[in-house]
Amino acid sequence: MLELVVISTLNGILFGMLLFLMASGLTVIFSMLGVLNFAHASFYMLGAFFGFQISRWVGFWPALIIAPILAGALGAAVERFGLRRVHRNGHVAELLFTFGLAFVIEEIVQIIWGKSPVDFRIPPILDFSAFTIFSTNYPAYKMFMLLVSVAIFVALLVVLKKTRVGLIVQAALTHPHMVGHLGHNVGRIFMMVFGVGTALAAVAGVIAGPALVTQSNMAALLGPILFVVVVVGGLGSLPGAFVGSLLIGLVQTFAVSMNGSLAGAFGPLSPDYAQTWLADIWGVTVAQIAPIMPYVLLVLILIFRPMGLLGTRET
Amino acid sequence: MTELTSSVAPPQPALGEKLKFYGLWVATGLVLLVLPKVFGSGGALTMFSLIGISIIFSLSYNILLGQTGLLSFGHAVYYGLGGFLVIHAINIFGANKLPIPLPLVPLVGGLTGLFFAALLGWVSTQRSGTAFAMISLGVAELVASSALILRTFFGGEAGISANRTKLFRLFDWSFGPQIQIYYLVAAWTLIAVVAMYALTRTPLGRMCNAVRDNPERVQFVGYDPHVVRYIAFCFAGFFAGIAGGLAAINFEIANSAYLGAVQSGTVLFSTYIGGVGYFIGPIVGAIFVTVLSLNLSDLTPVWQLYFGLFFIAVVTFAPGGITGLLMMHRPLVRGGTIGRVLPYYLVALVPTLAMVAGLVLTIETIVHHTVNPGEDPNIKAFGMSFNASSPITWVLALFLVVAGYFVARKTWSWLARAWDEALTAARDKGYHV
Repeated sequence: MLELVVISTLNGILFGMLLFLMASGLTVIFSMLGVLNFAHASFYMLGAFFGFQISRWVGFWPALIIAPILAGALGAAVERFGLRRVHRNGHVAELLFTFGLAFVIEEIVQIIWGKSPVDFRIPPILDFSAFTIFSTNYPAYKMFMLLVSVAIFVALLVVLKKTRVGLIVQAALTHPHMVGHLGHNVGRIFMMVFGVGTALAAVAGVIAGPALVTQSNMAALLGPILFVVVVVGGLGSLPGAFVGSLLIGLVQTFAVSMNGSLAGAFGPLSPDYAQTWLADIWGVTVAQIAPIMPYVLLVLILIFRPMGLLGTRET
Repeated sequence: MTELTSSVAPPQPALGEKLKFYGLWVATGLVLLVLPKVFGSGGALTMFSLIGISIIFSLSYNILLGQTGLLSFGHAVYYGLGGFLVIHAINIFGANKLPIPLPLVPLVGGLTGLFFAALLGWVSTQRSGTAFAMISLGVAELVASSALILRTFFGGEAGISANRTKLFRLFDWSFGPQIQIYYLVAAWTLIAVVAMYALTRTPLGRMCNAVRDNPERVQFVGYDPHVVRYIAFCFAGFFAGIAGGLAAINFEIANSAYLGAVQSGTVLFSTYIGGVGYFIGPIVGAIFVTVLSLNLSDLTPVWQLYFGLFFIAVVTFAPGGITGLLMMHRPLVRGGTIGRVLPYYLVALVPTLAMVAGLVLTIETIVHHTVNPGEDPNIKAFGMSFNASSPITWVLALFLVVAGYFVARKTWSWLARAWDEALTAARDKGYHV
């Protein structure tokens, strides 16, 4: 039992940190541009596929640097030449633009890399077990993922809190017009933030690609969870995104490792009901409903705290 | 001060206006009636049925997006649940020999949609804007994932099927042949379109528009925007359920794809491409997208990519959709200045089409080399044959894209100038809309 708790906590924090790598970019972009980037998970997917392709040509370590830069440049270009144009047509048009973009990116990835998973392997240098905890071998690559995401988290924190750029970004989060009045090139800040945000998502993609499955549907699988994270944490709140990421990460990881069901708790259902839909609910295990846990959490949060956990703004 | 106090009721429309209005509906009904006499093939009838279903679904979606300003990413939930309940209802009615004919069964779908919209809507509509969009997405994922868990009810991956001919028969209609299904769908489409049009004319419909435009002011007038959004959401769910029920009757099967993200995305695409600003917009969009998705797949294997790019182009360049684009010309047509713009359209069309052709050529060439590199390089797309490996094709594609882009940009700026002049001239004559 203790083993399960320790391993699940580790995995949960890892998944949570990965989510936060994406959710942080999404939140900052949302706060500054007022647009929720529907294609954010697509940049995570692009990161994974770029990482796969580049690591084939020049190896994993250069890929870890080059792929996010490429994806970030692409993101900046999308902001500069796409979103800024659409901005005139209002927020709905912006959201729909990113929605269409997510659709197109998925199609393009399918055309280039196919629909089946690609063979993106863990680099051999990290392919060993870091430590053994109660009879479970914990892979070193997962520790590496954790390390990278924590390092980026710390770096982000330092940049945001201690540098001038961070100061401007923080100011632009709450008072974008005032920042413009003070003479900063808000357009360029937006473009940079969009680029950095998508690059962060791509980093998550490159490091998650070998551990999870690199496939053309990975954006569609992760995207909705990402939006749950930012809504649960509170739209536009960076600490909220952090709490939300860890919460969702832990909830989902713990749910997957649990095997209980109503049948297990209260005994089997009487045979009269065996053929009805009640049997489905009775027999389903916690692990089976793990995929819907984030959404259940979302509905609960919306009922009891519509602003999100740490949210303050209405939209 | 007398100008400020308007009369209590708007003036009654003149008889001519009334005749025109009702005549339009009667004419639509007649067209629907004779349509299968003109295009009687099985494929055409199926297409008409699908278009009808899509029209109801898109219009129900526009109650949210166009009328109330709620962007939903999960409208297929109510469509799909309506479809599932209709399949179950057909099975139950058929097994128990209840005297309920098939034409009434879509109501079951509608009521299901209404029920679930009433259940899930209260939480969803608490907030508008981006938060609502995300919530609708989360709720949709919740329902779609649950559908795969509750296997007995939703039938898992395979779905559940029913036999529509086993029901109580009215006037000896078996509803086996597609022509009868066409008339069923057509009748329901007409009813639903009239009902949804009437809805936009009610005080509720007007309050929805007010909530869309200025929720704060709505609160000052004494209405709760949340309640207005909720009621609109329920209506949208009801009509989506009818559409889903008709789809289930048409295919005699309901599976989890009915409530999935793809279905929600499709209705969003067709509504927006048609145009959300006008009542007729979603109808145009539904026809356009259904016909396109049925025919484009024959022309090119990557039609979904073109579809996505087309959607992005609409969002970027024509946020009013197809109808918005057409309606822009109304003052020019009425003011008689459209003739000044048309030549510029023809001039702009040539380089634009060249650019699009170049893009298509580029995409098809790239697709050929990434998807099936070993095969015969002489490929065919959109009825044109060309050699994907020859440098001539590449140079031609590159030339068309680059030259087309620069020339098109120039010609479009001419067009914009001519447009401004024509519009000013029309406005001077007093035609503003």
